[in-house]
Amino acid sequence: MANLTFKDFKSDQEVRWCPGCGDHAVLAALQRALPKVSQALNYEKERYVVVSGIGCSSRLPYYMDTYGFHSIHGRATAISTGIKVANPWLTVWQACGDGDALAIGGNHFIHAIRRNIDINIILFNNQIYGLTKGQYSPTSKFGAITKTSPYGTVEHPFNPGSLVLGAKGTFFARSLDVELKLNEEIMTAAALHDGCSVMEMLTNCVIFNDGAHKSISDPEFRSDRTIVLRDGERMVFGKNNDRGLVYDGKKLRVVHIGEGGYGLEDVLVHDSHNDNIGLHMALAEMKGPDYPVALGVIRDVRDITYDDGVRDQVKEVMAKSKIHNVDELLHSGSTWEVK
Amino acid sequence: MQLTGSLFADMSAIYGNSLSTFPDFPAEIRAPHGTVSGVSGFQVHIGSEGVGTPGDFCDLLVAMNPAALKSNAKWCKPTAMILVDGDAFDEKGMEKAGFQTENPFTELRVEDRAIIVAPISTLTQESLKESGLDAKTVLKCKNMFTLGMACYIYSRPLEYIYQYLERKFSKKHPELIEPNKKVLNDGFNYAANIQAIPNTYTVAPVKNKKPGTYRNITGNQAVAWGLLAASEKSGLPLFCGSYPITPATAILEELAIHKSLGAKTLQAEDEIAGICTAIGASYAGNLAVTTTSGPGLSLKSEALGLAVMAELPLVVVDVQRGGPSTGLPTKTEQSDLNQALYGRNGECPMPVIAAHSPSNCFDAAYFAAKIALEHMTPVMLLSEGFLGNGSEPWRVPVMADYPEIKPPFVNGVLTDGEKFHPFERDAETLVRRWAIPGQKGFEHRVGGLEKTHAGVLSTDPVNHETMVRERAEKVARVARRIPELEILHGPASGKLLVVGWGGTYGHLLNAVEEAGDVVSFVHFDYINPLPSNTEKVFGGFEKILVCELNSGQFVAWLRASLPQFNYLQYNKVQGQPFLVSELVDAIRKEL
Repeated sequence: MANLTFKDFKSDQEVRWCPGCGDHAVLAALQRALPKVSQALNYEKERYVVVSGIGCSSRLPYYMDTYGFHSIHGRATAISTGIKVANPWLTVWQACGDGDALAIGGNHFIHAIRRNIDINIILFNNQIYGLTKGQYSPTSKFGAITKTSPYGTVEHPFNPGSLVLGAKGTFFARSLDVELKLNEEIMTAAALHDGCSVMEMLTNCVIFNDGAHKSISDPEFRSDRTIVLRDGERMVFGKNNDRGLVYDGKKLRVVHIGEGGYGLEDVLVHDSHNDNIGLHMALAEMKGPDYPVALGVIRDVRDITYDDGVRDQVKEVMAKSKIHNVDELLHSGSTWEVK
Repeated sequence: MQLTGSLFADMSAIYGNSLSTFPDFPAEIRAPHGTVSGVSGFQVHIGSEGVGTPGDFCDLLVAMNPAALKSNAKWCKPTAMILVDGDAFDEKGMEKAGFQTENPFTELRVEDRAIIVAPISTLTQESLKESGLDAKTVLKCKNMFTLGMACYIYSRPLEYIYQYLERKFSKKHPELIEPNKKVLNDGFNYAANIQAIPNTYTVAPVKNKKPGTYRNITGNQAVAWGLLAASEKSGLPLFCGSYPITPATAILEELAIHKSLGAKTLQAEDEIAGICTAIGASYAGNLAVTTTSGPGLSLKSEALGLAVMAELPLVVVDVQRGGPSTGLPTKTEQSDLNQALYGRNGECPMPVIAAHSPSNCFDAAYFAAKIALEHMTPVMLLSEGFLGNGSEPWRVPVMADYPEIKPPFVNGVLTDGEKFHPFERDAETLVRRWAIPGQKGFEHRVGGLEKTHAGVLSTDPVNHETMVRERAEKVARVARRIPELEILHGPASGKLLVVGWGGTYGHLLNAVEEAGDVVSFVHFDYINPLPSNTEKVFGGFEKILVCELNSGQFVAWLRASLPQFNYLQYNKVQGQPFLVSELVDAIRKEL
């Protein structure tokens, strides 16, 4: 049985993120989650590979004392895919940013999800290009004023959740950088999920986009503006747990429990394993001021994974084929003898 | 026509001829029928002695419509026979092909050739009148009628084609076997009966051919098989991440078939994902490959730099086509050499190897993989559309005869407190060691940022320069492990040395043989690094003539590498192979 602690996953490299950057907390959650995952799945440390693209968050592999690959902008998902297909025994974690995964790497991102390759993607979403010092990203809010949009952007942002579920993703979770315990929970669930897991971490960039998520992350009103979804639990939120989500036949609605004829029994119970993608999509797309932002594991369903499919097909063809080595291949089909 | 041509070629190969083929087709899948730009051609050159090229001029031209005649009449020898489907030479067909007069033969000035106008469509319909097949299917059989006629002209037995038809149709369309056989036979008999064939040929099998098992192979197939061979020899599973692109796609298709040898193929979402999945697979310990053509290679440039920086083995196959941009997708060229040598940011050298014939693609791929795996570097393997689609008979090798492939794996365990330094180098080769993930204690990080030997990020100026030099020197030292340059024809020193690389090998060899014994010839399979004796060989000649299918990319590389010599150049950039005759002229000019 693997008996690892968070120290085993800390490398000797100095962490160079800005003080107060949300990435510190996500790294800490990962270093705390992996020992638990190792315990649950009996994984040794050498089984982990941490892959990243380019950007602030992509520095993460250097801070993990595991096998790691810091690749090029946008391509982490393709590198992860290659690693997992080549050796499905390895367990692949990926750190990437919103610009990295959703702009330059958008194509690889959606296709990894479509293929349902068994990798764990942590998507650091700070709604800004940090490492290039403050340009808008594909998740920046409409009208965001940044260095490349001094008069405000005139483009709509992606909601990563809708993108993942639109590509028929099998696992999507969302959280805030500061939710250390929830993030450990999410990362453990992602590790146990067989398939492509996307964890959107709403991170704060203290330098270029400070407070981007403040409207939901501020402890003052976090519990009023977010809802933490947990399987089997009713979708209740609010400082006093007095509000809930109901489905009125057409769409989700926020109700005050005990008012307007709604009791606790009317409030929806979360089921991330429900195959029906509609409700998960509705939950992923909730936003203020009318709705709380959904945190936690929103969707976690089983489907065939690409890496298993590739491996099984190779096995199947090997068993059937008459060609088992290159000499046999060279003599297969039409040949003739010269004497 | 592609099928008819390849059947004739395969049959001739089995019969024992030496041969070379050159399929030349438009980029469109169903190009406008009957137009000159839509002509799909297949050139076969057979002989009783070494055939090195698909040939310049032909003895028999088969034209199924006026457009095919128009675009190919110029390739007929004065003694050639021209066989056409008379049914296709109606008003409409003539108009589509843009003929101005009523007699296409005089208009093209080939009226003095032996012309056979056979109503092939009508005869095929007649032949299959009672077959019960629909009119469309019947007309599709006219190529078999033509093949039957060609078999008569070249005295070929029909058995091989019978067997082929049985194999091809037995599962899905057994009803097509007999009609096709009948048409083939009727075509053969028609040619025998019309008394219009001025001469028939008997091309005897090659004598004193080295005993062994032979097969016909295309360059793309040979690349795929060479990679499978390297996978077997190294004990590493093959991973190919690729995106379909003409004319390289057949390599991915071929590898996709051979899962029984453990090959994994990933048809990626784009060219970049092709190479990046391969880089990931390499990091995870597979023999990783990505295959492409020029435009795709452009897209892979950044990732190639990553593979150089991370010092991971990778084989990149570029089956070159006419460029720039989309260029001439189905035509051949050698114009990606500069891209292969220089097409990356930073100082970013990698070994570059070129295949010189369809069957040589097997060895070229095998040794590209061997160098990649043993030197921990991406290797660029240049093929060409001409090689990839072309075929030739090949005496199949025995895997036991191939050298071992031994990657520099880390061995054993680390002592207590010892850390693995991923970029520490072997003193002789400057190659780093390969620690495949999954091994306890060897956890390390690689990536695109500059690092120290210990694998720690560093922007230290001196460290950067050291690493740049070491990466370059590592590639340069590959020269110690590759074969020396050999003089393939002519004296070891003298007046003129003809130099080639890649797929022009057969044409150049034939040309120097024709030009005479005083002309010497070398051909480069290894481009970067150049063979270590290159300077010595070049030093023996008054003139060096570099011939290539581009505007002078290899000659520029030679000028940069060995500037002390005076180079002449002969270039062609038409999307077509050299003609032996034009090479002979160019060589004689320098004598």
